[in-house]
Amino acid sequence: MTNGAPARGRTMEAAPSSGDPLIDVREMTKVYGEGDTAVRALRGVSLRVQAGEFVAIMGPSGSGKSTFMHLLGCLDRPTSGSYRLAGQEVSRLSGDELAAVRNRRIGFVFQSFNLLARTTAQENVELPLLYAGVPRDMRVQRARALLRQVGLGDRLGHRPSELSGGQQQRVAIARALANGAPLLMADEPTGNLDSASSVEIMTFVRELNRSEGITVVLVTHDVSIAAWSKRVVTFRDGLIIDDRPSAEAVPPQVRDGVLGTAPAPEARP
Amino acid sequence: MSLVNLLRIAWQALRRNITRSILTMLGIIIGVGAVITSMAIGAGAQAAVLAQIESLGANLVVVIPGAISSGGVSLGTGSRTTLKLPDVDAIASTVPDVAGAAPYSQTSAQVVAGGMNWYTAIGGTTPSYTTVRSWSVAQGRFFTRAEVDQAAKVAVLGNTVQQNLFPEGGAVGSIVIVKNVPFRVIGVLAPKGQSGFGRDQDDIVMVPITTLLDRLTGQAWVQNIFVSAATPEAVPAVVDATERLLRLRHHLTAAQPDDFTIRNIADVQQVRLATSQTQALLLAGIAVVSLVVGGIGNMNIMLVSVTERTREIGLRMAVGARGRDILLQFLVEALTLACLGGLIGIAIGVGTAQGSSALGHWPVIVSPFSILLGFISSLLVGVVFGFYPAQRAAALDPIVALRYE
Ligand SMILES: Nc1ncnc2c1ncn2[C@@H]1O[C@H](COP(=O)(O)OP(=O)(O)OP(=O)(O)O)[C@@H](O)[C@H]1O
Ligand SMILES: [Mg+2]
Repeated sequence: MTNGAPARGRTMEAAPSSGDPLIDVREMTKVYGEGDTAVRALRGVSLRVQAGEFVAIMGPSGSGKSTFMHLLGCLDRPTSGSYRLAGQEVSRLSGDELAAVRNRRIGFVFQSFNLLARTTAQENVELPLLYAGVPRDMRVQRARALLRQVGLGDRLGHRPSELSGGQQQRVAIARALANGAPLLMADEPTGNLDSASSVEIMTFVRELNRSEGITVVLVTHDVSIAAWSKRVVTFRDGLIIDDRPSAEAVPPQVRDGVLGTAPAPEARP
Repeated sequence: MSLVNLLRIAWQALRRNITRSILTMLGIIIGVGAVITSMAIGAGAQAAVLAQIESLGANLVVVIPGAISSGGVSLGTGSRTTLKLPDVDAIASTVPDVAGAAPYSQTSAQVVAGGMNWYTAIGGTTPSYTTVRSWSVAQGRFFTRAEVDQAAKVAVLGNTVQQNLFPEGGAVGSIVIVKNVPFRVIGVLAPKGQSGFGRDQDDIVMVPITTLLDRLTGQAWVQNIFVSAATPEAVPAVVDATERLLRLRHHLTAAQPDDFTIRNIADVQQVRLATSQTQALLLAGIAVVSLVVGGIGNMNIMLVSVTERTREIGLRMAVGARGRDILLQFLVEALTLACLGGLIGIAIGVGTAQGSSALGHWPVIVSPFSILLGFISSLLVGVVFGFYPAQRAAALDPIVALRYE
């Protein structure tokens, strides 16, 4: 963690009692559309993720990774199955209740950054705090601290168009962290970035996971990104077909390659 | 979500796209401006007609020479000469319920007094004119019957003429020269103000009718006869009796049409009043239509804006905005724009009304009511036409919105 960065306040959610998984998904299905045109994007997925884990989800295109992420991120509701988030069943909550869960317990990072255009980095980071009803001076303080933490302390007033892709994604991560959510979800966060920026982002994400105990679930097509994680879950045709430690899932030469591009995953304290 | 935060979000969103905000407001600005302007012009026209009725007197009947066909076209040029001075005396002495009758002819001329001169209207009449038009004298006196009979060279000045020829006062007793004829000023009329058409009624010099006809115009006939009925109810009877008397005096057979026209001022003015009311209504109707069109334009741009901002909406939802937060944000945006547009529209409407009044020389009245109405209707337009787009925004599914390209 960057030296001197203010400690992140765990205001919202205490970590679930030991042993209880943070994410507990059982027999989750998702069907888009109806009748002949129905698409069964998820066909019965079960997954448990403990607090503090760092999971990479891989799989071919159309295998249901994004669909699964949206359900985990409470952006959508499953067709059937259960989803307990930190012990709370969230699969049947109302739209407003889901909005509150998204606001307080989940930080979401998108492939395309999704920052508000013509809006400063600081205002972008303040957004979740605004919807959480945090008073203005606290919002400003927190947004500035977070931007300093992601190394953008000197870019507070910059708009997305004035920032590089890697910087924009760092603003997005700061925004995802704003409400002190214990869970960071990212759908191909490095998909739009070059390898240098990808390494920068992944270094930061791993740091969050290690020093702050933030649970990370990310989707990637890239084994070298998956190499940063501790566990790799593989999807195919709406089902989980493989789930193993990344040490086993990622070929050694890839891990070495990533190791070569300092900072290496396991080489840092 | 607190109101302050809502306003802040809306304000940030509006500031982020100034062009779109101005375009959205434009319809409301024009609509409200049209409401204010048209109401001001309509109210001004009505007030002018009412003031004219008041200044002419409701009991007034005017006789003019020549017949006027139903189409309003004067028949025969020679018919201008049919009214004579004895007709006036006959009306005054024989028609029942007549409070007074006065001839009136007018010409225009340069009036010179000392080093000053002033181009104005010269009216010729008799002392009855003061009763018939209920016009009093402020200084000195009006001319007498005897002075009319002698065709005396005396003049009574209107207030405007007095101010221009005698800025230092001292008009009464001075000599003014009109068409080389010296007149002694014997009085100054009380100010009467503008007529319903915006003409300055005080810009006049009154002289005995005989003097005017003999020395200034050389005419042997009079241009108008003003007859005042004793009561408003007597007006129709006075009109009938005057018509019969004049036909008799002009030796008209039953087959011949009138060689004069009698106008009941109250009736004419009632028609004018009704017309001006219709005009005001029409103007207001156009204004309402433009307000509605403005509102629809407003809604159109809001809808485009919702579509354009689909990803923004999705993102806001993803970080915790509820449907009602989005609904309120867009409603507050619409209301803020409507409010601003309304205020700008009011300013433009008042400015246009005053400007058109200055250019067109017609009276306008900007009432506080019309300003209130303009403001309230802009807010209404904001709510009514802002609601549907806001609801569409709020009903978006976060995933669909985030994926929107
Ligand atoms: N809103 C939707 N309506 C209908 N079908 C959908 C919708 N979203 C996804 N699908 C379908 O569900 C399946 C899974 O899609 P999903 O986006 O989860 O795949 P993915 O694993 O994320 O693929 P990629 O790696 O290309 O991002 C696909 O067949 C897709 O066409
Ligand atoms: Mg995907």
